[in-house]
Order: sequence, then C-alpha cells, then structure tokens
Amino acid sequence: MLLVLMMAIVGLNGDGFLPAAAAAEVDAKAHDAAVDKDEIREETRAALIPAPKPKRSNYPNIGVSSRTIVWVVAQMHLFFGALVLAVPIFVLVIEFIGFKTNDDRYDDMAHEFMKISLTAYAITALFGGALALCLFLLYPDFMNYMMRVFGSQMLVYAVLFFLESMLLYIYYYGWDALRYGNSKWVHLTLGLLLNAVGTTLLVVANSWTTFMMAPSGVDSAGAVIGNIWEVMKGPLWNPLNLHRFIANIAFGGAVVGAYAAFKFLSAKTAAAKAHYDWMGYTSNFIAILAFLPLPFAGYWLMAEVYAYSQQMGILAMGGILAWLFVIQAVLICTILFAGNYYLWSGMARTEGSSRYQWLIKYIAVILVLGFLVWVTPHNVIYTSNEIAKLGGVNHPVLSPLGIMPAKNIAVFLMLIVTFLSFQIYRRADKVITVSWQDWGNALMVAIYIVAIGNVIFAGIYYGYFTNTVYKVGSSVIQVTSTLVVIVAGVVIDSLMFKGAKTLPSSWGKVSDRSQYALFALPIAFTWLMALMGYIRSSVRTHWHVYTVMKDNSPDNYIPTLATVGNTVTGVTLLFLIFLLFIFWIANLSGIKQIPPAPANKSVPAESAA
Amino acid sequence: MTVLLKTLGFSVALILVFTAVSYVLPQMKGEAPVDREVDVGALTMDSFIALGKDLYQGKGTCTLCHNQLGRAPDLLAFNVEKESLQRMADSRYQGKAKDTEGYLRESMLDPNIYVVSGFGKKGSNDTESPMPAIDKPPVQLSAMEIDAIIAYLQHKDGNTVTVALPTETSSVAAAQEKTVAEIPPLAQSPEEAIAKFGCAACHSILETESTVGPNLNDVATRLSIDQIRDSIIAPTAVIAEGYPPIMPDLSERMTIKELEIIVQFLAKQTKGQS
Repeated sequence: MLLVLMMAIVGLNGDGFLPAAAAAEVDAKAHDAAVDKDEIREETRAALIPAPKPKRSNYPNIGVSSRTIVWVVAQMHLFFGALVLAVPIFVLVIEFIGFKTNDDRYDDMAHEFMKISLTAYAITALFGGALALCLFLLYPDFMNYMMRVFGSQMLVYAVLFFLESMLLYIYYYGWDALRYGNSKWVHLTLGLLLNAVGTTLLVVANSWTTFMMAPSGVDSAGAVIGNIWEVMKGPLWNPLNLHRFIANIAFGGAVVGAYAAFKFLSAKTAAAKAHYDWMGYTSNFIAILAFLPLPFAGYWLMAEVYAYSQQMGILAMGGILAWLFVIQAVLICTILFAGNYYLWSGMARTEGSSRYQWLIKYIAVILVLGFLVWVTPHNVIYTSNEIAKLGGVNHPVLSPLGIMPAKNIAVFLMLIVTFLSFQIYRRADKVITVSWQDWGNALMVAIYIVAIGNVIFAGIYYGYFTNTVYKVGSSVIQVTSTLVVIVAGVVIDSLMFKGAKTLPSSWGKVSDRSQYALFALPIAFTWLMALMGYIRSSVRTHWHVYTVMKDNSPDNYIPTLATVGNTVTGVTLLFLIFLLFIFWIANLSGIKQIPPAPANKSVPAESAA
Repeated sequence: MTVLLKTLGFSVALILVFTAVSYVLPQMKGEAPVDREVDVGALTMDSFIALGKDLYQGKGTCTLCHNQLGRAPDLLAFNVEKESLQRMADSRYQGKAKDTEGYLRESMLDPNIYVVSGFGKKGSNDTESPMPAIDKPPVQLSAMEIDAIIAYLQHKDGNTVTVALPTETSSVAAAQEKTVAEIPPLAQSPEEAIAKFGCAACHSILETESTVGPNLNDVATRLSIDQIRDSIIAPTAVIAEGYPPIMPDLSERMTIKELEIIVQFLAKQTKGQS
C-alpha cells in the first residue's frame, strides 16, 4: 500500500489529471494567449507519450513464471477484497433489521460477521501490497504506463484505503459503545460511510481492470488524451462494477455461511447449534438471493464486451476459452444443487413444510436435466470410426443441445426452480391468512407457467428457427421472464405474509449433511470467481492493454485448461487454508482461559465438602 | 479437530472434482502471433495465396466471424468477385473502389464504408460495422498481408488474382511487420504430398489404415485417372456410397504439380486386385 502511495505521489502533478509532461505543456501553452487553440492541441498531443513497447528482454526473469506469481497473488487479493467489501454491506442491513425489530439476535450475528471481515481485512492489505510489489518488480514497463495513465487517481485510492481502515475499526470496535438509542444511528451512519468508501474503492480498482480490457481516454498509440474521468469510464466499467458488486455479496454470504456451518458442526450445546443454524440459514439466504440476479449482470457484461469488440466476445464465448464455460457450468450447478439442497434440508425445521415437499422431486429433476444440458459441449473430439458412424462431426442429438439457446433454456429454468425452492422454504413455516390467498396463489402459479413457457419458447424459436442475429434477442425475453418470477414472487409473498400465522421452527434440528452444502457453496464460488476472473483477463490475449500495449513476455499465451485448472485449484486451496485460519482466529477470540488457582492457597473447607 | 479434518477433506475433495473436469476437456493452447519473416523474393503466387489463406484462418482472425454461424457474411460460401460488384452497385455504397481488389481492401481498412444489410452493429441501422479495421490493433495486418488475403479471396472462386506479388522494394516495411504464417514447402513426392494434405487421416493409403473414407490402396481399380483428379478437385460432386460427405476441398491448397503427383500415384494403386 505504501508503495502504491509513494508511486502515486511521484505520479502526481499540478494539473492532477494529465501526465506530467502533458500537463506542463498545457500550462505553458495556456498562458500564451497569442497561440491558436488548435495549435495548442496539436502541440500538446505531440508531447504526449505513447504506451511503451517492451521487448521480451525487458521483462525481468526470476526463473519462475511471472504471470503465475501475479495471477496467484492478485487472485488472493481479490478473494479477500471481495469478502471485506461485501460483508459490511449485508452486516449493515442485518444490523438495521435488528435495530428496527429490537431483536438482539440480529445485532449479535451482524457483529460476529464483522469479526470475520476484520481479520480478512488485514490479509487483504497484505496481499494488496504483495501484488503491487510483484507488478512493479515483474512488469515494470506495464506498471510505469499504468501509473502514467492513472497518476493522481492512485493517490485518491490510497486515501480511500486509509479512510476505509479507520471506518472499519471504528465500526467494529465501537459496536457495543454505540449499541442503543440515538447512538445506534451514529453506528449505522458509520456503517453506511464504511460501505460508501468500500464501494468507491471497488469501482476505482475496477477502472484499472476495464481500462486494460477496453481502454478509453487514450489514443490509438496509448497516449493519454482525456482526463481521468474519461480514462475511467470505459465501456466495460459499469457492467463490471455491477457484476462484481453483486458477486461479492453472494461470495461474502457463502463464506460466512461456511463459518456458521463450521461453528454448527463444532457446537456442543443445543443453544449454540440453534444460533449457528440460524446464522447459516441467513448466510445462505444472502448468498442465493445475491446469486440469482448475477447471471443477468453477467449477460450485460458480455453484451458490452461484444459491443466493444465482437472479436473479444467471440473469443470468450466461441473460441479457445469457450471450453472453460463447461467447467463454469459444473461450478454453477454445484452452487445451485448445494443451495437447493440446503433449503430442502432446512424445511425439515418446521412441520408446515409437508405442504410443499411434493414439489422437491420435480425441482430436482429440472435441476439435473438442466445440468446435463448445460455441460453438453457442442462438438466433442471423435475417433475416425465414430465420425464415420455419425456421418459427420455433429452428433444428431448432442450438438443441438450443445449450443447457447439450449443452455439458456437450462440456465433460466434452473434459476426459476431455485427461486421456487426459496419461495417454498419461506412459506413452509407460515399459514397465510389474507382473504385473497387463493387468487394470490393462482396468480403466482400463472406467473411460473407463463415464465417457463416463455423461456422454453423463446429459446427454441429464436435459437433454432430464426437467423443467428435474433439469438441474443431471445435471452432478453428469458431474462425478463425470470426476473418477473423473482420480483413478483417476493412482492406477492410479502403481501400475502401480512398477518400470517408463523409455525414454530426448531432451529438447530437440521442434518449435519446440510452443513456440508454450506461448505460446498464457498468452495464452488471461490473456484468460479478465479475461473471467471481468468476468462475476463484472458480475452485480452497477448495485450497488457488491449490494442494499445502488447504483452511480449514469455507468458503471453493462453494456457491449456489443465494448467488453468491447476492454478485455480492452487489458489482456491490457499484461500481455504487462510479461511480456516480466519475461522480459528475468530473462534480463539471468544475463548477465555480460566484463571489458575494459586498453588499455595488452600481449598476452602466448604468447597471441598 | 474432527470437524476441521472433515470439512477440510470435503472441501479438498470438491476442489479436486473441479480440477478433474479441467483435465478431461480438450487441451488447447492459444499462442500469441509469432513474428516470422517472409522471404519476399522467394514468394510465388501460389505461396502468396497460401499465405493469404493462413492469415485468413490465423492471425487475421477472419473466421471468428466470417463463418457459417451468421455473425458476418461467410466469404467462403459465395463468389466474392460477383458479390463485390453487386455491392459497389448498391445505392448505399459510399466508397471509391472500382474493382473487387479495391473493394476488398477498402472493406478491410474501413469496414464502415459499406455494411451488408443485417450485419451492422445493433441500433446502427447497418451504418456501423462490428468489424475492426484490419490494419489497426488488435489484428494489425501489414499492407502485404492484406494483399495476400485479397489474393486468397480472389483465387478461391477461380477468379483472376489482380493483386501484384510483393517485391523486395515494395515490402521493406511489410517484411519488418512479419507474419504468423509459415509457407508450407512444396511436396516433391507422393509420400510428401499425402503427408502434407493429411490424406491418411481418413483413407487407407501407404502404411496407414482408416475407414472414414474409401480405401485408396485399390482406387485405380475403381476410378479412372480423370475421376481420381475430379474427386480431389470437387470432392462433393460424387460421394462414394456408404461414406459421409466430409472430404475438404483441397484444390485451393494444392499446386497443380502437387495435384498431379498425387493423381499419378493413386492411378497406380491396384493392391486390392493382387
């Protein structure tokens, strides 16, 4: 961090936004009223420095792949960064719910979540510093260029980081001191500020990533011609901001869910089990609720990637990187299976669930079929005999299932039935009493039927019976239908639950198996984050900054899937080890040693008796 | 401790399942374009066209979009010469090209000059093309490489190649630009030709056996020398009974000399009769 700060100060100049050379040129020229404005612009442009063109020999060789080092360290920083930025978001919401309902359980749980975030924060900073060091050491030309482009913004980032640290510590350590009455409003305001600063940090850092993918504010040679705002607001910035914001919450929810599961499995008393069962349920609720809209943010991001560069989009979705989406399918399906299984297991907490359990088998069938379609590749590598038998390289059944329209149908149906699981879970412990409940239920069923019909029809009709250009359009119908189910489900249920009778729930009486589902979630999320981050980064191919600065390092190729798998696995295992360390530390802070009895003190006669 | 070991074991097992999936999928490596010098002095029109084809499929990344999936007009599916003339006669055409060569070069350097109906960027009403200017990053082909692609596109339909071969003086800069393609050496013997064009991948020939395509060890007992030549030049014209129509059109890749080497060799293959 200090390194970033120092570099930022070095990069700072009077203008604040332009590189030093350009700013000096602007200042000099601006004072010369006799010179024509166009002339100033031309001369300023001439003074601008293009992106460097490093040769292979310009890259330091330390005997180990520089890319792998940066890849692992960056990914670790991103994992922990995601966690520490996401947890305070839902902690604030939980704290607010506890404040409004006067239920201390919420407040205690929110405080416990923050304990995890606090330990993770220090690790985030350590990996952040290590990443900056690795980048400056291993990619000096690239970092020199990035510092020139973003210059003073790095200083803003450093200031935000210090502000984030201060707010985080005050928010956590001031929890009990500002717990009741008007003081709670002060604490909630601190939480809001913490999240505002954290989210600003996120979007600032995102601008570096999206600049590398789709540079803006620079000319074709990479020389800066715009101000910092023009550099930041590239075409992919906002889609990535939204995608990472939502994904972080889902990831954070999954990680604290694993913490709750760990504590549940370790708990010795019924009260502790009940507490951590409830904590795990809340975490899963957060993770799945944030996960459901994530594909839509992903669609937006990919649509913008296509709009920016069709070539880049096709490389990701239909080129060499396309096979990675088969692994993505396995990972997302694992998340959906685990999330659904946990909800079904959780329904056992209340007797009211028997009204809805008949639906589970149908949901399970749709999930399994959806998974099978999603992982079906368009073409596989056949032997010559197989090609002869098939009459070509396209399998008559599997090939149609391997293309995007079939996968879209599978994905959206899986999302819809996952929401159904979520909805029946929420209804399981309630007896609805509103007079219009029959109409409400009929409306909900109708919305499901129409949405499922839309998803299937749009996928088949636009995917197989119209021109390719309409295929993308079909996903709009599917996205809208799925979102309507989710939004309508939440709204209708909220209205129907008014005055509903709540059946007793036996918190803590849930199977141990369900807790392993809570572990599967963060593992799959972690692997998925690393994989998708790799894909997003790899679409730049052999460019540090796409179309502007070439990557001529020895690692400028796209590695094989097994290499990617090994690296992602390595980094996930590393994260898991750090995570268990955090859980252990969080546990350790709650343990108090019993003071030993003085050795020379005799035992009172009454106690001995 | 038991809980720690159980959760750790479960997590590691799950991670390994994901890793295993990455192992069972096809393993491909995407190399960055490698700079190789082109010996302009040694270029023949055939090798220049071959270079154009390699660029079209490789460094130029043309096939990413120009394919049968409908992302962009499939240039291999129609006669580029005829199509170009029609487009230049279109009232929407605003360019300055007078012939196919000029039109093709213009459409690569400034794809927005004429956008084929239905292939424009969304919302642009076919006034803006999603295709990048081919001489700019990320593709960044040199003038000589663009000429090679034009030569290939003209040649593939049997049209006259109007692009001049690059000379030493005209391509000093182009030689520095370099290319990903390596011009394959001309085959000098039947064995080299069969290996170069991968005939043995589908046919039983020489020492290899394959049942994907008809056995060529006895082809001379079934086909005349002209029929053998025709089956290479136009493989889909007559499909051998019981075999799929998957033989690629090799006529664009072979020189006449290579074609004749293979045809003369096959015309002597009567092993099935012995």
